[in-house]
Amino acid sequence: MTVLANTLVVLFISVGVIFIAVAAVGLFRLPDLYTRAHAASKSATLGVMSVLIGVFFHFWLIENHFNPRILLGILFIFMTGPVGGHIMSRSSYIAGVKPWSGTIRDDLKPEIERMKKEQNIQD
Amino acid sequence: MIEKILLISLVLFMIAIALLLYRVIVGPSMPDRAIGLDTIGVNLISSIAIVSILLKTKAFLEAILILGILAFIGTIAFSKYIERGVIVERKSNR
Repeated sequence: MTVLANTLVVLFISVGVIFIAVAAVGLFRLPDLYTRAHAASKSATLGVMSVLIGVFFHFWLIENHFNPRILLGILFIFMTGPVGGHIMSRSSYIAGVKPWSGTIRDDLKPEIERMKKEQNIQD
Repeated sequence: MIEKILLISLVLFMIAIALLLYRVIVGPSMPDRAIGLDTIGVNLISSIAIVSILLKTKAFLEAILILGILAFIGTIAFSKYIERGVIVERKSNR
């Protein structure tokens, strides 16, 4: 039983560590702010959730200590990680950070110009 | 066996934090640095979880939740500052 629990814990933790390392390499290599935000928000969130599930199973199955705070932390990170990435990339687009030069379509640009025009009319 | 795997994962977190520090220092624009700092916070959360297994203690598990909340509030504050120039807006007089 202990061997089975250890296998489960090691599986979850190694998957999470691989995802976080891939997220760091993505932030190092990708050419653009938006692609970097994509790597950071999705991959790092899944990685830290997997690591915390592994730690939760370790404390539950091996040390007989059911800890609801780790579950609350997993829920919180699942809700706030993608929201943080979205808000950061949206505010950087509004502040004028240019996308990568290989970008073909920019659907947000006419929308932002229309919004600015409407605000000028209102003022 | 399991301790070796946990130590290897801590070393991988160290390498990841070094790569992210490169992005924080070099990063061409301000939001790049903010995203790098947010991901460093995520790395610190999982390192605390693994260190609490290695030290066989339950005392560090509250720090996970607190560090998650602080990283989220920091990201929101940075993005509001980048978008509008202020963090807490004043009441309008109209």
